[in-house]
Amino acid sequence: MIVIQICIGSSCHLKGSREIVEKMRKAIAEYGLENEVALGGSFCLGKCSSPGVCITIDGEVISGVTKENFNEIFRKYVLTPLGK
Amino acid sequence: MTEQRKFDTKVQVLKYKVLREVARLAWNDQLLERVHDIPKTIVSGKEPTMRCCVYKERAILAERVKLAMGGDRDNPNMIEVIDIACDECPVGGYRVTEACRGCLAHRCEGACKKGAIYFDKAHTAHIDKAKCVECGACAKVCPYGAISSQKRPCVMACKVRAISMNDEKAASIDREKCIECGACVYQCPFGAIMDKSFILNAIDLLKKSENGEKYKVYAVIAPSISSQFTYAKLGSVVSGIKALGFHTVVEAALGADMVAYEEAAELAEKGFLTSSCCPAFVAYIQKQFPDLAAHVSSHLSPAATIARYIKRDDPGAKVIFIGPCTAKKAEARKPEVRPYLDEVLTFEELQALFDSRDIEISELPEDVLENASYYGRIFARSGGLTDAVAEALRERGLDSFKLRAVPCDGIEACRTALLKASKGVLDANFIEGMACVGGCIGGAGCLTHGDKNKADVDRYGKEAMEKKIEDSLSMLHR
Repeated sequence: MIVIQICIGSSCHLKGSREIVEKMRKAIAEYGLENEVALGGSFCLGKCSSPGVCITIDGEVISGVTKENFNEIFRKYVLTPLGK
Repeated sequence: MTEQRKFDTKVQVLKYKVLREVARLAWNDQLLERVHDIPKTIVSGKEPTMRCCVYKERAILAERVKLAMGGDRDNPNMIEVIDIACDECPVGGYRVTEACRGCLAHRCEGACKKGAIYFDKAHTAHIDKAKCVECGACAKVCPYGAISSQKRPCVMACKVRAISMNDEKAASIDREKCIECGACVYQCPFGAIMDKSFILNAIDLLKKSENGEKYKVYAVIAPSISSQFTYAKLGSVVSGIKALGFHTVVEAALGADMVAYEEAAELAEKGFLTSSCCPAFVAYIQKQFPDLAAHVSSHLSPAATIARYIKRDDPGAKVIFIGPCTAKKAEARKPEVRPYLDEVLTFEELQALFDSRDIEISELPEDVLENASYYGRIFARSGGLTDAVAEALRERGLDSFKLRAVPCDGIEACRTALLKASKGVLDANFIEGMACVGGCIGGAGCLTHGDKNKADVDRYGKEAMEKKIEDSLSMLHR
């Protein structure tokens, strides 16, 4: 089980975390990963100065997530480790 | 910024100074050995500035220090009277004014069953206060309307009639009736009624978190903050809160979005509901209208709702609510809320905390605050909750349910609506109850109360990035 937390704190909200949450939900549904990925939220991961949204995947903080690089990050940190 | 300009009254300034000194010592681990020095720190000279002598001033300050440290442990009420500070207001009760013409009829004397009316050489009436029982019979019969009643400010402020005078003529609070709204705290001109403070718990939680290393402390702030700390930008207030050691700041208004959304569905299902956001209003229903208690919304308040949400994602988290409300301190101690809200601070107490750490918020850079929608934010003023529930009904496609709401501005308006509801003659299906006039912006824990506060809240609402409740909720996993 991969645990993903997306920051929905003020700073990330302004940087578009709502879109990232939506993209993440869609991607999980598209690949049918509901039983392999647990999605949660966070109110601040302490990297507010980075340009994009912060997320954590199994505790590792990944900052700078944008709608442009979302697919790449999803592949690297979710699909590849799951062998998809 | 002078201390006075941050507050409405000098009573608030005095209370703030005590809170600040208690907090300063607590941060430095010196409270135990230096607590008794606080009254002398605040009143240092030999000339009294507030009372008959500096010794009485210091004795009262010692009582304020006690309240700043949590107050009387044997008295669970959040609001306490400082007996020795109560001036036993002479304005209390009936008195003969200059309008007395010294007539012949002396109806006042005839009407008084206690023989309390006497006359001087000019035939002018006087009331012997030792005999008077404040029945008002004399005032009713005077053809000149020369006898009037001036109630004590605390009694006037307490619309739930929980304040009376004890045998020593000091104010006394009836716990059975008190809803802990703090109206008397703000109105007493002598500062003889104060809310208990739990700043020490807050400081302890922050210190032991070791800057978030051990656990994270979240500040949940009420939307009424938009009308407070007007000498600084809201973003700078957020920076200040973080500078105190809070991990982050979350809007209670996001909890309000969650509550409005759920409450709309509950209302449509049950057909009649009262709001549950205002703890003083809920306490009032439970104490005075127990038959209506079943109709109180089953949802926790916005603050408790967002605190629960925070703790679900971060189970070790501690949550401190910062708002305008003294009744919230009682709410946080209810068994159903205690697991979520670890402590409650007022804006007054937040100001004291800033200054106890010499944090000058007006000089701090602006951080951001963006969690909630327009509708969650306008909960802070009377009528906002109703607007939010109406919006939630629309967004949920429950338009077929016709909302007929009574937004009750202040506890007297609440009483009127509840009385009608209890008799089955209320022409409405939703009661929005706010104990403070104006809504939360009228709360006793506010620094300032002004005509502009409502406009400030509305502006803050309109600045929200999310215009719809569902937009802000779509961020949340449920």
